[in-house]
Amino acid sequence: MTSQLASQRVARRSSLRIFLMRPEVGSLIGALIVVVFFSVMAPSIRHPGSVSTVLYQSSTLGIMAVGVALLMIGGEFDLSAGVAVITSALAASMFAYQLGTNVWVGVGFALLVSLAIGAFNGWLLVRTGLPSFLVTLGTFLMLQGANLAVTRLVTGNVATNDISNMAGFNSARSIFASTFNVGGTDVSVSILWWLALVALGTWILLRTRVGNWIFAVGGNARSARAVGVPIVQTKVGLFMAVGLCAWISGMHQLFEYNTVQSGGGVGLELEYIVAAVVGGCLLTGGYGSVIGAAIGALIFGVVSQGVVYADWNPDWFKFFLGAMLLLATLVNMLVRHQVNRKQPA
Amino acid sequence: MTDASAVPAVVQLSNVSKYYGNICALSDINLTVRRGEVTCILGDNGAGKSTLIKIISGMHPHDAGVVRVHGKDIHFASPREALDFGIATVYQDLALVPLMSVWRNFFLGSEITTGMWPFRRLDVERMRRVADEELKNLGIDLPDIDAPIAQLSGGEMQVVAIARAIHFGAQVLILDEPTAALGVKQSGVVLKYIAAARDAGLGVIFISHNPHHAYLVGDHFAVLNLGRMELDAKRAELSIEQLVRHMAGGAELQALEHEMHR
Repeated sequence: MTSQLASQRVARRSSLRIFLMRPEVGSLIGALIVVVFFSVMAPSIRHPGSVSTVLYQSSTLGIMAVGVALLMIGGEFDLSAGVAVITSALAASMFAYQLGTNVWVGVGFALLVSLAIGAFNGWLLVRTGLPSFLVTLGTFLMLQGANLAVTRLVTGNVATNDISNMAGFNSARSIFASTFNVGGTDVSVSILWWLALVALGTWILLRTRVGNWIFAVGGNARSARAVGVPIVQTKVGLFMAVGLCAWISGMHQLFEYNTVQSGGGVGLELEYIVAAVVGGCLLTGGYGSVIGAAIGALIFGVVSQGVVYADWNPDWFKFFLGAMLLLATLVNMLVRHQVNRKQPA
Repeated sequence: MTDASAVPAVVQLSNVSKYYGNICALSDINLTVRRGEVTCILGDNGAGKSTLIKIISGMHPHDAGVVRVHGKDIHFASPREALDFGIATVYQDLALVPLMSVWRNFFLGSEITTGMWPFRRLDVERMRRVADEELKNLGIDLPDIDAPIAQLSGGEMQVVAIARAIHFGAQVLILDEPTAALGVKQSGVVLKYIAAARDAGLGVIFISHNPHHAYLVGDHFAVLNLGRMELDAKRAELSIEQLVRHMAGGAELQALEHEMHR
């Protein structure tokens, strides 16, 4: 009896089991399904140009999904993330235009604004102890209103003025919104930003102290505090990371289109959350992966472009998305249930 | 048993009181914790046991009286400060994060890093090795140090938490009801590690409402009742029957015994 127990106890988990433990499994299966599905239904999606477009679509969402996923693993939401992107773009554009400065000054100002919004969200959360759903719902509505009101106040219009003739525009554009050629196909620099952020986010999460703290504050904040994890700094820092992503995303939009529509961004915050959840992030925190969120964003890109290439009514896009969300979360749940069962003692 | 008074006190409470609003949770508590001794704090639910350890562990500051650690007057602002003074607490919920791996839990808040900023990173290999060694030293050999800690049994989780406290240089180990949720066999395992910690020279504060568990390892017993110290006695001055009697509120139990007499 005892020897049998002992041999069970030292049994190693198989590598399949270790693979299935990864949070990304559900999204990986989902991504395979949509890629195969649309490759068959819309063969033109396999052309290099289409692949580049799909990746570009994925990156516009994926950049924000990095910050949102980290925040979700840390146990919080940010409903203001969608409009905060627009706020950042508006801030850069209007600051530079109205003061007639070099565009880069506006870009720097926007970075401060974005980080300040993140810090405000985080500070409000830890000071009041309210759920982040409520806190960021408040800032979401405030930013949505302020975007429109301030833009109208400053420009007398609902969009900002074209800044493409201003000093520094070209260099800023080449950083945030240029394209480069890979084997005859134009590829957006936005994809590089996305990949770099995913790599950075993954490294922070899995290989730094801060990453350990993010898992801990999301998994059990009381325990984390008891062993000396700086909870307040971690949470505020996470909201500021979302701010940083919003800045990168906002700068891309600004230099891609030269002007900003002040009413944009509404509803995108939910798409970021969908990408993170499809990617295996637990809605309640403490579990998840940045790579998963990137795969979630990729599913988004494939579906949104796949519907176009298959020549379907684009109305079906949201339907597919909802189905993917349910499917991926169900797979995640089932897999975790199977793998996390206590081993027979 | 060594002569207790010869060993210097690590933690000393004099006339400590704590109020939550107008409720007096603790009043005029005097307690001395020495190295190499197990100090048992017993009492019914709501007697003030948890409040007492929250003060010593830095979760809540005390409102009146003096807390001395190594002879110094202190007023902890956070558990981190208490940890820096060598006071480690193993809470009922163990301060473990269920979905994190064993080694990540072991080093949580005190991670080992390597490399220069901005490339400073976790020294994963070293942390996994040290965690494994420390656990083996206490006699548990886990099949997989990368498994989420939620997969361990209650007793194993207790031992991980104790091993962690010892590894990080705890001189005082506070154990909050470590046997409360465990079966008989698992409780025995945990009590064995409490004795091991005491023999390693730590001052152990063992909170329990089970006098039988306490008497097995305790050197010194303090019984709380409604925020007051009802008994403070050394093991030599006390039998298990007396302890049980005090725990149940002495006179109250006698009355109950009389009432229930059949």
